[in-house]
Amino acid sequence: MLADVSFWVLGIVAVLSGFAVFRLNSMARVTFALLASFLAVAGLVVLLGLGYLGVVTALMMVIEMVVMAVFMIMYMMNPAGLMPMSMYHNKAGSMAISVGTFAVLAVGILLTDWPVRRGVPAPAQTYQLGLALMGGQMLTMMTLGVTLFATIVATVVLSTGRGRYDRYGDDLAAPRADDPAGGGVG
Amino acid sequence: MSLQLFLLVAAGLFAIGLYGALSQQSIVMLMMGLELMLNGIILAAAALWYFLTPAGNDGPVLIVVVLTAMAIEMAAGFAVVTAIYRSRQVDVTDSAADLRG
Amino acid sequence: MDTGDRMALPLWWVPLLPVLLIVVTAGVVAVDEAAAARARGAREGLLGSAVVPLREGARLLVGQRRRTVAADSVLWRIGGATLPVAALLAAAVVPLGSRPVADLTDGVVWFNAMEVLAWAAVWMVGWGANSALSLVGGYRFVAQGLAYELPHMFALITAALAAGSLRVTDIVAAQQDLWFVVIMPVAFVAYLVSAVAMAFWGPFDAAVGRDLAGGAAAELSGVDRLVFAGGRWLLLVVAVAMAVPLFLGGGAGPWLPAWGWVAVKAGALLTSVLWLRRRFPTVRMDRFTEVSWVVLVPLTVAQALVVALVVLGRGM
Repeated sequence: MLADVSFWVLGIVAVLSGFAVFRLNSMARVTFALLASFLAVAGLVVLLGLGYLGVVTALMMVIEMVVMAVFMIMYMMNPAGLMPMSMYHNKAGSMAISVGTFAVLAVGILLTDWPVRRGVPAPAQTYQLGLALMGGQMLTMMTLGVTLFATIVATVVLSTGRGRYDRYGDDLAAPRADDPAGGGVG
Repeated sequence: MSLQLFLLVAAGLFAIGLYGALSQQSIVMLMMGLELMLNGIILAAAALWYFLTPAGNDGPVLIVVVLTAMAIEMAAGFAVVTAIYRSRQVDVTDSAADLRG
Repeated sequence: MDTGDRMALPLWWVPLLPVLLIVVTAGVVAVDEAAAARARGAREGLLGSAVVPLREGARLLVGQRRRTVAADSVLWRIGGATLPVAALLAAAVVPLGSRPVADLTDGVVWFNAMEVLAWAAVWMVGWGANSALSLVGGYRFVAQGLAYELPHMFALITAALAAGSLRVTDIVAAQQDLWFVVIMPVAFVAYLVSAVAMAFWGPFDAAVGRDLAGGAAAELSGVDRLVFAGGRWLLLVVAVAMAVPLFLGGGAGPWLPAWGWVAVKAGALLTSVLWLRRRFPTVRMDRFTEVSWVVLVPLTVAQALVVALVVLGRGM
């Protein structure tokens, strides 16, 4: 009973706040509408017995959305939505494609003869996930790690505007880096 | 609570995200659409795991992969936006269509 | 989620927890006020200081709420209310004595997820008022958050690693023989620093600094200010109190009951935090960021590595 009520509330919040992302004008509200959608999905994941993954999703998405808000406001023309403006292209076509996608998916979901449930969840789910990631799925975990490391390097290279020649001079001989904002360790 | 209901919510999130990713001009808003699509995939993976094969660990591992993909998508997306904005003051996709065939 | 009520307190503690926390926090405010009065040279006495939080709370309750032009009042109010709610939700997994209100299997992750809500809360409060100074304060806190969060996570995970469990009561149980502060002093210090930074408490209070006329809180008045400032105090108390089960053996100790030892240990930590604020000037967040990433992150990673080796050597 409680699970059913939670499902409906969280499911409706997830879909409605997801829709609000493309309806609201203020970029700050858009970001936090997306966060609400993520938190609702995290709640649904917890409801499905994946407590660790649900809470980690919530943790990650709060950080991600706050960082996103900073970038939104940095790059958008109308961050607070005080002057409503339309930033769409091909709205009708996009709507047709997405409604069509949903219709196809829904028909598939409802008509498929889903197999019956096999087995029951292990009691210590987080432990099992850790064992899987450090055992049978080790290759997945290592690939993720290397990809994340490559992302760190690539994003720093792409987004930085100043290289070492800007910081230490043309022959890299400056005793101290010339930075627009100084730091704590020089 | 049934598999079909969970998957319908996931499909709804995916479709809304697809609409955003296709219709938004701003690169940052486009990324929000992509994030919503991945959000739907997380929910679908969790539901399929719980209702079909709860004994295994493939569903949770898939969620870990999708979460990582979200983080990478965000980081790489913002790096590209920063790079293109730094060189051309561009923040909408229509102004960055040089490679259109 | 497997709520795992193995050691949880009975359900009637749920409404009691906020009351208890607010009373404790009011006591901490009173102690801080007494210290401030002594530093000023005023003779207020302990009783005089004890009424200060009550008087201040009543004054803010009846005060008028400030309105600003074109404010985003939805985000503004949500942001202010998130701070105390997040602190209370985080407190649910802190053992009050030997048992917490909710003994979640993933307690440490839950705690971290709740306190990270402070990021969103402070930024929303800074943004909502439509005022330049408060927005600068909100951005300052995000920058500071990026600095403290990684050492904080490594410190939390080091304690969980040594106990082999994310459940807070398991972490306490694993310290029967040896408090974790002995084998992971770096993680303990990094945790305390990040806990203070998380509650944007001095010396990390640049987000609400005087140079910004109050920063993120600049435009708050009346009940909004009460909720925000109270939430900040709650967050400080809860974050610092969590160091007791994580590193100081929870309620372990002779003579006193478990809750007594938790109170003594948390009180000692809070006193040192309050004292440190009066000893150090505000640290600019760009400096803290560099120190954090260049010094604290490698140190906490090395600490986690050492603890991992200890765990492997023990053959767990």
